[in-house]
Amino acid sequence: MAKEVKQLDRVIIRFAGDSGDGMQLTGDRFTQQSAAFGNDLSTFPNFPAEIRAPQGTLPGVSSFQVHFADHDILTAGDSPDVLVAMNPAALKANLADMKKGSTIIVDRHDFTTRNLQKAGYDADPLEDDSLSDYTLNVLDLTGMTVEAVKEFGLSRKDAARAKNMFALGLLSWMYGRPTETTIAFLEKRFAKVPDIRDANVKAFKSGWNFGETTEVFAVQYEIKPARMTPGTYRNISGNLALAYGLVASGVQSDLPVFLGTYPITPASDILHELSKHKGFGVTTFQAEDEIAGVASAIGASFGGALGVTTTSGPGVALKSEAIGLAVMTELPLVVIDVQRGGPSTGLPTKTEQADLLQAMYGRNGEAPLPIVAPQSPGDCFDAAIEATRIAVTYRTPVMLLSDGYLANGSEPWRIPDVEDLPKIEANFATEPNHTNPDGTEAFWPYARDEETLARPWAVPGTAGLEHRIGGLEKGDGHGNISYDPRNHELMVRTRQAKVDRVADSLPPLVVDDPSGQAKVLVLGWGSTYGPIGAACRRVRKAGNDVAQVHLRHLNPFPNDLGEIIKGYEKVLVPEMNLGQLSLLLRAKYLVDVVGYNQVNGMPLKAAELADAINNLISSTDVSSANNTELAR
Amino acid sequence: MSVDLPMPTNFAGTKGVPAAEGKQTAKEFSSDQEVRWCPGCGDYAVLKAVQSFLPDLGLRRENIVFVSGIGCSSRFPYYLDTYGMHSIHGRAPAIATGLATAREDLSVWVVTGDGDALSIGGNHLIHAMRRNINLKILLFNNRIYGLTKGQYSPTSEAGKITKSTPMGSVDHPFNPVSLALGAEASFVARTIDSDRKHLTSVLAAAAAHRGTALVEIYQNCPIFNDGAFESLKDSDTKADAIIPLQQGEKITFGVDGSKCVIHSKTGGVEVANTSAVSEDQIVVFDAHNPDPTLAFAVSRLTDAGVLHQSPIGIFRDVPRPTYDDQARAQVADAAKDLGDPATKLAALVTGADTWTIV
Ligand code: SF4
Repeated sequence: MAKEVKQLDRVIIRFAGDSGDGMQLTGDRFTQQSAAFGNDLSTFPNFPAEIRAPQGTLPGVSSFQVHFADHDILTAGDSPDVLVAMNPAALKANLADMKKGSTIIVDRHDFTTRNLQKAGYDADPLEDDSLSDYTLNVLDLTGMTVEAVKEFGLSRKDAARAKNMFALGLLSWMYGRPTETTIAFLEKRFAKVPDIRDANVKAFKSGWNFGETTEVFAVQYEIKPARMTPGTYRNISGNLALAYGLVASGVQSDLPVFLGTYPITPASDILHELSKHKGFGVTTFQAEDEIAGVASAIGASFGGALGVTTTSGPGVALKSEAIGLAVMTELPLVVIDVQRGGPSTGLPTKTEQADLLQAMYGRNGEAPLPIVAPQSPGDCFDAAIEATRIAVTYRTPVMLLSDGYLANGSEPWRIPDVEDLPKIEANFATEPNHTNPDGTEAFWPYARDEETLARPWAVPGTAGLEHRIGGLEKGDGHGNISYDPRNHELMVRTRQAKVDRVADSLPPLVVDDPSGQAKVLVLGWGSTYGPIGAACRRVRKAGNDVAQVHLRHLNPFPNDLGEIIKGYEKVLVPEMNLGQLSLLLRAKYLVDVVGYNQVNGMPLKAAELADAINNLISSTDVSSANNTELAR
Repeated sequence: MSVDLPMPTNFAGTKGVPAAEGKQTAKEFSSDQEVRWCPGCGDYAVLKAVQSFLPDLGLRRENIVFVSGIGCSSRFPYYLDTYGMHSIHGRAPAIATGLATAREDLSVWVVTGDGDALSIGGNHLIHAMRRNINLKILLFNNRIYGLTKGQYSPTSEAGKITKSTPMGSVDHPFNPVSLALGAEASFVARTIDSDRKHLTSVLAAAAAHRGTALVEIYQNCPIFNDGAFESLKDSDTKADAIIPLQQGEKITFGVDGSKCVIHSKTGGVEVANTSAVSEDQIVVFDAHNPDPTLAFAVSRLTDAGVLHQSPIGIFRDVPRPTYDDQARAQVADAAKDLGDPATKLAALVTGADTWTIV
């Protein structure tokens, strides 16, 4: 039967099931298929912190949302068009996000009395009409899967486990996704267990065929490839891009990369990835704790390597003293904080931006360091190189603030031309740099470069430059211990001035103000770039003017930021915290910025943010009208 | 005491570190910084011993690095004209781990104390020894906190009256040698600040060892814990107090060898009167034994309370692959066919699944 084909410009699908149902894998495969097809896309994996959360319960629900479109998109989307729910808990946990009229595909197999109870349902929602607002498709996905794979003689349990591939096959048919990449993937992944491999491939194909033959689904949808900037693309997650950025940093600076780290969610994947790339001279050291992770990286930096440590907020807290040592010894060090919900252990698998002030001020004494933040998964690559540039050029620890949303989310990434990546010069000291009063030559480890205020980096093995550094205050120039009050004042101010100098090396900010008429500026940082951009588009579509600026550098602020802020009547600062950037902006520029703050462990929603922007615009119009009134 | 170890002629432990051209002097290894320990501090003697030992190592001065933590002894790097880092409390082994792994061509030494290594930095110490990183760790044990002015330390005897324990401490002390053996260190020794000859011989053996060498140095703090090791130094008592460990020799001590060490019924060892036992009952010491049981048993002869008796010498010296050698070998192996890094990088970032938009 030939089916109707409908054109859509974008679709948001959420696969939801129990942690053990393979929803992350299903979402990931659908993403890869969509990438291969040429759609623009953005993903949002959302899973519990427990490896095996109690089966069938709400806390055990794991989901993967993918947004794909025929045009460029900025977020994984607020509200799914299609929810695939593999059990009652998955339905219950996700229903609140569904709009009226959206589609829900349910595997009814697990809607037993016991499972309904576990999910907190008194009555079976598939039987009453509580779901009448939605286009509901109730199918026995598990039953059909077991039937489809029975020829392989698997246990019932193993056979049922292929239900995620059946669901993937069905959705792939609905949206005309190419299937080759998934079949190749399954053949590789299960190469060693032929019956499981064959069952998964069969389940996937059966799901597709079911869509094609059944009358349940009358329509197939088509989402054309997106028209994006010409180039070669791949799909990439934030953590993968960050790991590649660190490898590239080593190549571009000609320094061996030394990663000292301790496993922590959601940063561990960077360690896993880097440990595969020893061929680039990358050493990965899984230390005994967070402190040893950063300490070993500092030791490696002292030895002339690019010292890197990766962690999340709790790890930064443990590393603080050692980061202060890197501030004092003025050694290059890249500290990567993949932020998660806090405080304390907080929400390990959820996202948040609440470590900005920790990065800024979380050390004893006046211990400034530069801070950079990536704005999208692919941008983690460039942010890592930028962090390295600053660390090496200015001989300073640099904090890179990623977050859980960037780390696990993915997007199409235009593969950079390696030739175009910036070169980073280590400029090791090789000769004495000071003449003593008696005419003899000496090496002064705390002499400074006039432009950057960086000190020389002389590595052990360099004859004639033997010197000692450490955590005690250093005398200006010669670097010996000094308790002199004037020297301390000078050194504190010099370390601050050195970090401030980084601003001189930054390009002008990009102000996105298409009409030039906007009175409201939306200023953000980090992973909120997508939702902010999407919200600004909605606002403009509705006929309002709004400007957007996104910060890569949180410390020091770019030199032109103050002027830009002062050019707008209102500045809205959306953050996934209680107003940390707002605090810094107010302190520095004495501007009463307006915060838009959310700390629920989830990315911002573009629609809600657009409402907030529109509200601020109307209040601005009212107040300007009032002002005009008064002026008269 | 009279333990006389031969000076090793080649330092296998420093393989990969470039040799000095010509003879160096102790003076060359002394920095221009004024030494600021209290008068009479045991640290002076150790510094002098190290300054005169380093030229014998025969390594280029610029390829030697001393890393320390926090405490009186941790000022050590400032007084040596090598590369050095005076870091933060307890973290020297971790910093040195990164440095030693990143640089095969360096001889890396850690200077630490009983508080620095065994209290705040205990975790890093045991893991460095477990991994067998090529580090020489000099643990200055004065059984007290000196820099913070006299609180008890993790090696102080129980009942110690200090500023923080006016009624006597109720902490049970660590025996650093037992701890190191338990952490599977491949080289463990104990020596005394005032015995330059023995100290130097132990440093030489430590340098010759490839892997972590833990050298506990009994160090007198005349200000806050004077005389803690007096029984080992006083000419009237030292013969009975020092149990000398000599490779392949029977363990006897005391005036004219009147005492010895024999196996005890409980599975450990104990001190006996030599005249009361037969020759073949006396324990023959072997630091090269792969089984650390005997070394551990002997380490237990150290008084946990006020020190009247302590084994001195090399407890353990066995070969074991080092973390840093193996980590570098993996990197070197993987990098063998790297070719042009830029080309390789381009291939890496491109990956397998791409699409092109024109
Ligand atoms: S306090 Fe004790 S250990 Fe510290 S320098 Fe003075 S004598 Fe030496």
